[in-house]
Amino acid sequence: MHDIDPAFTALPLRALADAALSRARELGAQHADFRLERIRSQTLRLHDAALETALDADDVGLSVRVVKDGTWGFAAGIDLTPEGAARVAERAVEVAAVARAVNREPIELAPEPVHGERTWVSAYETDPFEVPTADKVALLAGWSRLLLGDDRVDHVDATLLQVKENKFFADLAGTVTTQQRVRLHPVVNAVGISGGLFDTMRTLAPPAGYGWEWLSGEHWDWDGELARIPELLAEKLAAPSVEPGVYDVVVDPSNLWLTIHESVGHATELDRALGYEAAYAGTSFATPDKLGTLQYGSKVMNITGDRTAEHGLATIGYDDEGVQAQSFDIVSEGLFTGYQTDRRIARLTGAERSNGCAFADSSSSMPIQRMANVSLRPAEGGPSTEELISGVERGIYILGDKSWSIDMQRHNFQFTGQRFFRIENGRLAGQLRDVAYQASTTDFWNSMEAVGGPQTYVLGGAFNCGKGQPGQVAPVSHGCPSALFRGVNILNALKEAGQ
Amino acid sequence: MRPQEAVERALSLSRADDCVVIADEASTANLRWAGNTLTTNGVTRSSRLTVIALRNTADGVAAGVVSRSAVGADGIEELVRAAEADAAGNEAAEDARPLVAEGPPSGAAGWDDEPAETGIGVFEGFAPALGEAFAAAQADDRRLYGFANHVLTSTFLGSSAGLRLRHDQPTGLLELNAKGAGGSAWAGVGTRDFTDVDVAGLTGGLARRLEWGERRVDLPAGRYETILPPSAVADLMIYLYWSAGAQDAQDGRTVFSAPGGGTRVGERLSDLPITLSSDPAAPGMQCAPFVIAHASSRESSVFDNGLPLAATDWIREGTLASLAQTRHSAERTGLPLTPAVDNLAMRGPDGGASLEEMVARTERGLLLTCLWYIREVDTQSLLLTGLTRDGVYLVEDGEVVGAVNNFRFNESPVDLLSRIAEVGETGPTLPREWSDYFTRTAMPAIRVPDFHMSTVSQAT
Repeated sequence: MHDIDPAFTALPLRALADAALSRARELGAQHADFRLERIRSQTLRLHDAALETALDADDVGLSVRVVKDGTWGFAAGIDLTPEGAARVAERAVEVAAVARAVNREPIELAPEPVHGERTWVSAYETDPFEVPTADKVALLAGWSRLLLGDDRVDHVDATLLQVKENKFFADLAGTVTTQQRVRLHPVVNAVGISGGLFDTMRTLAPPAGYGWEWLSGEHWDWDGELARIPELLAEKLAAPSVEPGVYDVVVDPSNLWLTIHESVGHATELDRALGYEAAYAGTSFATPDKLGTLQYGSKVMNITGDRTAEHGLATIGYDDEGVQAQSFDIVSEGLFTGYQTDRRIARLTGAERSNGCAFADSSSSMPIQRMANVSLRPAEGGPSTEELISGVERGIYILGDKSWSIDMQRHNFQFTGQRFFRIENGRLAGQLRDVAYQASTTDFWNSMEAVGGPQTYVLGGAFNCGKGQPGQVAPVSHGCPSALFRGVNILNALKEAGQ
Repeated sequence: MRPQEAVERALSLSRADDCVVIADEASTANLRWAGNTLTTNGVTRSSRLTVIALRNTADGVAAGVVSRSAVGADGIEELVRAAEADAAGNEAAEDARPLVAEGPPSGAAGWDDEPAETGIGVFEGFAPALGEAFAAAQADDRRLYGFANHVLTSTFLGSSAGLRLRHDQPTGLLELNAKGAGGSAWAGVGTRDFTDVDVAGLTGGLARRLEWGERRVDLPAGRYETILPPSAVADLMIYLYWSAGAQDAQDGRTVFSAPGGGTRVGERLSDLPITLSSDPAAPGMQCAPFVIAHASSRESSVFDNGLPLAATDWIREGTLASLAQTRHSAERTGLPLTPAVDNLAMRGPDGGASLEEMVARTERGLLLTCLWYIREVDTQSLLLTGLTRDGVYLVEDGEVVGAVNNFRFNESPVDLLSRIAEVGETGPTLPREWSDYFTRTAMPAIRVPDFHMSTVSQAT
């Protein structure tokens, strides 16, 4: 395990926390927690192998959240002195006082054991911020040139996002955590222009909670993936447009992760189900009265929320309320069995404990309930992707994510992808263009006939899942196997556009 | 340390061939509520210093960009050196151009003044009105949900070419969502300071819409004559604007690429005299009158920092007039230099009708409230998908006769321009989907004879 970054531990973490928490206590706060975060990030973007963006950012700040007279108060600042931290605590209490006038529901938090002092670091080998930028640019430029060297590729965009996140948390109860995690997201996108058409073909490598080793080829076959792109792109440009209708589909993990994210991950956030996101991202059809009775999907559907999965983007030791990370069931054999919660939301429903889903995307954000790594379990000894495809007479095999949209109660969704292969009599028969699949959440998941075995399982995910007002972004992973769905509505995107 | 001093200090410490420094001082205040009660709130302060170090090379100029928050006086040199180190390791930038030596005359005003600041006090008049709205809603068995946010950012931009420019940007928004027996209704406004927000007027409008919703009508998917209100038009036109980068169009990879090469600038997109434009001085929508670029991208360049911005027509009288340019892309495309501006307005022929007048002369059609979860399905046609939300109403013989189920739509805003049957009067509006990123819009309602409702959404 790596040590916590000494540049972070050199900050006066305890002194600032003590100053803020003691001031909040003096001012009558019933609950107070303090966070100091440092988020280093680097964005590299290359266009046609030339560096376009190289932005290094380093954000540090502190915040105090209080409950005073049953009302939240939150303030954030950047003065890293004990006096500055105390002033932020004062402002949080002032905000609670102003807000008290329009608050009609006292804030209470579900209990959490006091964990004392804990340190947690995510699993990675090489800190990407220790790799020279020139080496990273050279790698991306090399990949780009490789693709540009093929005359079937007209343009190449290469992007690499990298984050190193340090969080220090302390609350009045006595939990003190210091944590560190690393994540990165490489994407290479090739553009082809032919016969009045243009299209793109992107790498399927997911973002991951790894270090620089994620790009070394040890964990992902970059050479193989890049080598296939020109052929795939050319074939896609020449492919026939899909005939809309009802098809059986085999969905690859590189596409299915996003469907899980939108139709299960967000739908089973309890704050949404209770209406706390109603004005913005919306509520959920999966209301508490359906817990334990709703047949969310078929019997082969088993979904867990997990903040402990190694290399997961939402993986952490303790959440942003000091709750220890946990793994829990959301859908069991198709039955809706669990929600994701934070302490406030857990308390509202009488739960004994939060399952650890509070997250703030920076020191200046108030923690809100965010997604755990929500994943679909593979079938032990289950089929390969090829075996799933072999069971389809007329269908489509879908890989890679592209466009996604779902309604504000998580019923009606429409997704596209990167690659669509026609399946005829159990075999792949070339690509199709313009495919979008559209369904209602429970219809779709109940049409899932089979899931693949562990050999098909991939941990996909997103760097920037948006939620909340003010808007916050959260990293989250979704593991899943390949899966077979029967009778899915396929739209033709071009015909939808009236062309 | 004051941001102006941080800028001067960084410039004086610079050993680069050229240097640009941007200091942003921001403060925020927000209130959020659900079910007639406050849920979260907060105030924040932040500061960010961005150093763009430029190094002359045999091939051109390389840039190193490093941005840090909360940089104290003793941290500035390290930040400058970090940017220089990045510049030393980077190749010459394609978008490199000589630094801007002169910004807009108004851009230097107030350089020495303290940064502007907001706080929870910005809601002094608004919060009591909100409390009264909660009480009234509770009494009428309605529930209010929503968000009020105010951000004030002071930006100080200095360069080794002698630029000293400052811009204070207030950005506020209010979103109000009401739920009750008549389903759900939404209203939103952008504001600079919350003094112009009429809570009672907005909640009154929501109550009226909930009354409309007490009669439910189920309709199937299909193409319907549809009145899109200004918020929905804003969301679609913002996506069009974001897709109007000149460089990508020139590269043959956007809806504004000409099939045989080059761009579609000069092509007629609508038979109606529709104009889509931006103007940094637009009343109520004022935004930075000069380029502020913290990083280079396809549509912005750190080398263009300080470049004066002017009123720009993107679509003029129905014809594609301009695409968003950097100096680099303008040279490549041979088109005039028209950098992006942070507001957007759409106008039709003079004498456009109000939304109410448009409803009154509708024989049978749908009236939307707003759009949601808009995503691009096909880049070539700019086909977008998304959903209706918080009130779809059936209009018959000039009257709203009930609320209809929600729909998923699949439409291209570029294609829509050629199919618009009527453009209403333009007024300020808040885009529902993109208000996280873009609040300064003025739009009309539009009538589309055949808006494509692709499938029915069960969401209520």
